[in-house]
Amino acid sequence: MKFAVLVFPGSNCDIDCYKAVEDVLGEPVDYVWHTATDLSAYDCILVPGGFSYGDYLRCGAISRFAPVMAEVAKAAEEGKFVLGICNGFQILTEAGLLPGTLRRNMALKFRCHDTVLRVENNNTPFTNDYAPGEEITIPIAHGEGNYYCDEETLERLKENGQIVFSYVSNPNGSVIDIAGISNERGNVVGMMPHPERAVDKLLGSEDGKRMFTSILKAWRDRHDTATVR
Amino acid sequence: MMKATVYVTIKQSVLDPQGVAVQGALHSMGFQEVESVRIGKYMELTLDTNDRAEAEARLRMMCEKLLANTVVEDYRFELEG
Repeated sequence: MKFAVLVFPGSNCDIDCYKAVEDVLGEPVDYVWHTATDLSAYDCILVPGGFSYGDYLRCGAISRFAPVMAEVAKAAEEGKFVLGICNGFQILTEAGLLPGTLRRNMALKFRCHDTVLRVENNNTPFTNDYAPGEEITIPIAHGEGNYYCDEETLERLKENGQIVFSYVSNPNGSVIDIAGISNERGNVVGMMPHPERAVDKLLGSEDGKRMFTSILKAWRDRHDTATVR
Repeated sequence: MMKATVYVTIKQSVLDPQGVAVQGALHSMGFQEVESVRIGKYMELTLDTNDRAEAEARLRMMCEKLLANTVVEDYRFELEG
């Protein structure tokens, strides 16, 4: 299974994502520059955190027009796995690949600490290795992670099981404590917390590891392969 | 040449935490009459065109596509020249 880690000017979690794939899964992974126009070689696209284009105008507003984003939309359409983390989540909402948007944190502070997340839906390619309702520790680091969508969209998210993670203790004012959501089809997920920063006990938590193992498992299930590391 | 002024504001239905904080600061300074504060963005664009209708149509596209996120923001613009 082949992973791409997108790199925009101002991305700063790209190396963490790359290392997480390398260390947890040992699967091939490439950095892919924002100007790339072909992602056909990849099975999973990771849109990392950071401050792409300096967060100018709005977080993710400029990055969504980078050439590579048309390819991300295509990959999503083809059913490939797309995971946006932090700034990656903001980019995916700006791009319209996920509903809603991320506003300034309610307390107007940049929050950087561990959070406890509840796995609301473990029936996704990104969370199948977690138990339903399981509580996991994953760090956050953001100033604009306050998820917002209108009532109608929120109802749809609930009905379709698109709420993937919620905060046990809301750090930013997100509607109904949302930490991560998926698209309707479930192959695109965006989340503010950083699973790639929680892949080893030395980092404080290894609860993020299972997101990566889930993705690989989902891919293997889908492709019915018996690839062994 | 035309000059466009674009105002992007947070929708009335959406809480503006910055505005609330500034309102609080104004209250603590003694400006009790401040009932609410909403913070938005002000942008000046210089357009290389003299066709007002076209400029308006294209500005609307700029706002919809990039300058405002219509999930939480409203926009309006003025054209001069």
